[in-house]
Amino acid sequence: MGDDRSEILQGTLDLMVLKTLDAMGPMHGYGIALRIEQVAENAMRVNQGTLYLCLVRLLQQKWLSATWGTSDNNRRARFYALTAAGRRHLQAETANWARVSGVMDRLLQLPKVVAP
Amino acid sequence: MTAALHRLLARVRALFTGRQLDRDLDDEVASHIQLRAEALERTGLAPDAALRAARMEFHGVTQLREAHRAVRGVPWIEVIVRDLRLAVRTLRRDAGFTTFALLVMGLGLGGTATVYSLVNALMLRPLPLVDAGRLAWIGNRADDGVAVWHIQANHLRDLQAQSRTFADLAGYYAYTKPDDVKVTSASGTERVSTVPVTRNFFPLLGVEPIVGRGFTQAEGDGNGPRAVLISHHYWQQRYGLDAGIVGRSIILDGLPSTIVGVLPASFDFGSLFAPGRVIDVFPPFPLNDNTNRIGNSLGVIGRLRPDATVEAAQAEMEVLAKALERAHPQRNTLRPLVDSLAVHVAGHLRTALTLLLAAVGVVMLIVCANLANLQLARAASRRQEMAVRVALGAGRIRLLTQAIAESLVLCGGGALLGLGVAVVATKAITSLDAFKLPLLSTVRVDLATLGVLAAMAIVAGVAIGIAPALQVPTLSPQNRLRDGARGSSEGRRAQWARATLVVAEITFACVLLVAAGLLVRSLESAMHVDLGFEPTQATALRFDPTWPDNEPARRTAYFDETLRLARATRGVEAAGLTDILPLEGTRSWAIQGRGQVYELGHYPEGFVRVVSDGYREAMGLRLVAGRDLTRDDASPSEPVVLVNESLARTIWPGQDPIGRFLKSDGLGSKFERRVVGVVADVRHRALESTAGLEMYIPIRQTRSYGGFYLVVRSSQPTAVLAPALRASLAPLAADMGGSQLRVLGELVDRAISPRRFTAMLLGGFAVFALLLASLGVYAVVAYGVSRRRQEFGIRLALGASPGDVQRRVLSDTLRLAIAGLAFGVPAAWLVSRLMRDLLFGVTPADPTTFAGMIAVLGAMALVAAYVPARQASRLDPTTTLRGVE
Repeated sequence: MGDDRSEILQGTLDLMVLKTLDAMGPMHGYGIALRIEQVAENAMRVNQGTLYLCLVRLLQQKWLSATWGTSDNNRRARFYALTAAGRRHLQAETANWARVSGVMDRLLQLPKVVAP
Repeated sequence: MTAALHRLLARVRALFTGRQLDRDLDDEVASHIQLRAEALERTGLAPDAALRAARMEFHGVTQLREAHRAVRGVPWIEVIVRDLRLAVRTLRRDAGFTTFALLVMGLGLGGTATVYSLVNALMLRPLPLVDAGRLAWIGNRADDGVAVWHIQANHLRDLQAQSRTFADLAGYYAYTKPDDVKVTSASGTERVSTVPVTRNFFPLLGVEPIVGRGFTQAEGDGNGPRAVLISHHYWQQRYGLDAGIVGRSIILDGLPSTIVGVLPASFDFGSLFAPGRVIDVFPPFPLNDNTNRIGNSLGVIGRLRPDATVEAAQAEMEVLAKALERAHPQRNTLRPLVDSLAVHVAGHLRTALTLLLAAVGVVMLIVCANLANLQLARAASRRQEMAVRVALGAGRIRLLTQAIAESLVLCGGGALLGLGVAVVATKAITSLDAFKLPLLSTVRVDLATLGVLAAMAIVAGVAIGIAPALQVPTLSPQNRLRDGARGSSEGRRAQWARATLVVAEITFACVLLVAAGLLVRSLESAMHVDLGFEPTQATALRFDPTWPDNEPARRTAYFDETLRLARATRGVEAAGLTDILPLEGTRSWAIQGRGQVYELGHYPEGFVRVVSDGYREAMGLRLVAGRDLTRDDASPSEPVVLVNESLARTIWPGQDPIGRFLKSDGLGSKFERRVVGVVADVRHRALESTAGLEMYIPIRQTRSYGGFYLVVRSSQPTAVLAPALRASLAPLAADMGGSQLRVLGELVDRAISPRRFTAMLLGGFAVFALLLASLGVYAVVAYGVSRRRQEFGIRLALGASPGDVQRRVLSDTLRLAIAGLAFGVPAAWLVSRLMRDLLFGVTPADPTTFAGMIAVLGAMALVAAYVPARQASRLDPTTTLRGVE
């Protein structure tokens, strides 16, 4: 793709969705996509299709719950909310992410070793 | 972990709620696009431009739906369900084919399941006894090494005490005859079948009375009060399952005994030790010097110690037997032969069962070949549908699974039908009381059978589906769409495949026909064997008189009276007495011609029959030399004996036996008998084995018999004879008890029943196979004719006569048949060699059977080809050439 915005790694999107709902409260799918792109400041694009696949997966794992409601501008929309299990999973995954990203940072900053 | 579980459950749930989930997704996507469009509108786009842009951004709604389904559900299951649904729809459209396929598959699978249940009960499942693997049978080899006798009481007692490999040994009296004991009660007399057993017999087998108890030490040793155990069957039939049965008195042959216990319904003595018989009462058989005198009379079983094997037991028994023979030279010889009990009970049926199993497997192969062929034909007629689907992008794998799904649906239906067939058939088998086959009552459709049925159905489904499925790659859309429109010929490959399947069917039918033919011919030879007596028109009635004293004159008078009354009956042509009926068991004594000396333990064994004058005529026994027994061969006169030809030949080879002397009443007896006549050999043990040395002792010159049978010869049917005989014998009714008139033909039938059973089953399979093969031939030939209409049209137009066309079709068919025979005859020849053990009176390469099979198959092929051949010859060239049909 002639686009320098990053594609999202599988699994990372899960974490983003969970964190977004944790921070913002119940939201519909479009809102979640919008929010992630705003936070990313256009450095990343969310494929809407992938987002809905991610949502159904999280729903089936009972980390999210979904209800039909009306949006701010009186449109029918499906709202997703974090469940207690989802919140616990988010905490665990956040800690995990911090650990992994720390390791990644250190690895990527390693200087080149020249053989003596 | 719980999340994964939730997900799994949700995915399975999604299989059923797919439609709702699709709707939800559609709504959600619509609302997403709506929201996006509104946002775009706010940036200044026109409403319809905003909507279009929003739709563009959300690329691939259809792909999303597919992906959504894959993520939320179990895609492969959904595919399978869709395939199965389509298969059911397709099959429903083709009702004729479906009915035929279901029927054929149902019969094939039903046969398989039935034979498997039989094999399972007789060969695979352990005997229905506690820890049956540790049970063994201890026989006693005869001098000839072939026959296996029973064991003497004192030998058993000593073996019990000395064996280290057996935890215990027990025995039952092996020589009781059906309806051997008279029961007297207030409601009259009846007869029951008894088998005396040693005290530890049931405990050793692990059979516990369900009511009451087993024998006490004193009862078992014959020192205590008389006690008996009764079978569950008898408890039900005679006492209506009366709970107060224990302690009740039963009068057996005039002597009161106490019923101390009832055996469980699960224990069927007959099915283990005396196939085809039902035993009612079990008295104890004490092991002492008195019972020892009966001779080799015990069937002996043992329970091996946990660390002992059959081989170790065999080795130990041989050592013990040698020592016992040395220590007790006066006893009978003991040449122990240890076998596991399962082998003793059903081991002799192994060949027959294996053959049946193989036969049913071959039947299934034919069924599969037949249905595969039909599927190929259907696939050919559906090539256009397939071509369209390929053109529309259906993947090969999907078309392949589709083809297999269809045959799996067929086989599933067939399996259900087969289950029904198997349930009915096994039920029928368990009710074959008169068949002399062990364990039949335990034949049933169980989980193992269900498993085999399901596995066979799946294998068959795949096998049938694979043939048309393999045709799929040859479908290139352009070609098929173009020439599929007209009835052009299918690929050479498909035709070749179909011919191969038919040839295979004929080959298999060949093998089955030969196997069945050989068995039927063996059955026939066994039925027409010279028995030495005439079973037709001979009937027997059992008498158990009680003699108040040992006065020989009283017995003689009794016999005279019995015979007089019998002979006076209307329609009775001859009447005589015997202590033993042919094919019902036998007993033997060591014999010795005067002046002949043998090493102890190597005396010839003579089979004893105690008979009266008139018996020879009543049985239709041929007199070869000398004279028959008469009324005057009674106690005070000279002891005489009739011998059979084998005895005469063996004891006095090349000499005239008449007038010679034979020590026939056991070596211990003081006197010798003078041979007065020679009679024909009687097949007394089995139809298939020749007679041993037989001797007929006058009933008025011995006391060595229990009850006796009155045998009468009459051309009257049993229904007329029985009441007449009963009426004239009324004065002796008390001694007959409730005994039934026994037709000797039935004894022969019973003896032949295992052979009949196998021949019947295999014959059924062969007929089924032949039918299927003929249908297969018909289908291929008819299809070939329909494909070659134009060719035949041209031939006819160019002047070929209808006869030419007909001959052409018939010769093509014959070519198939000949190819089938070319494989089938050698295969059948091999199989016939393997079943040599089952044959009697025919050689494995029996020319009649092989010729018959070839004739039958040839005729079948011609009959199957006749209708299509006629059709071909009646084609109208003008219509076929125009391609209008």
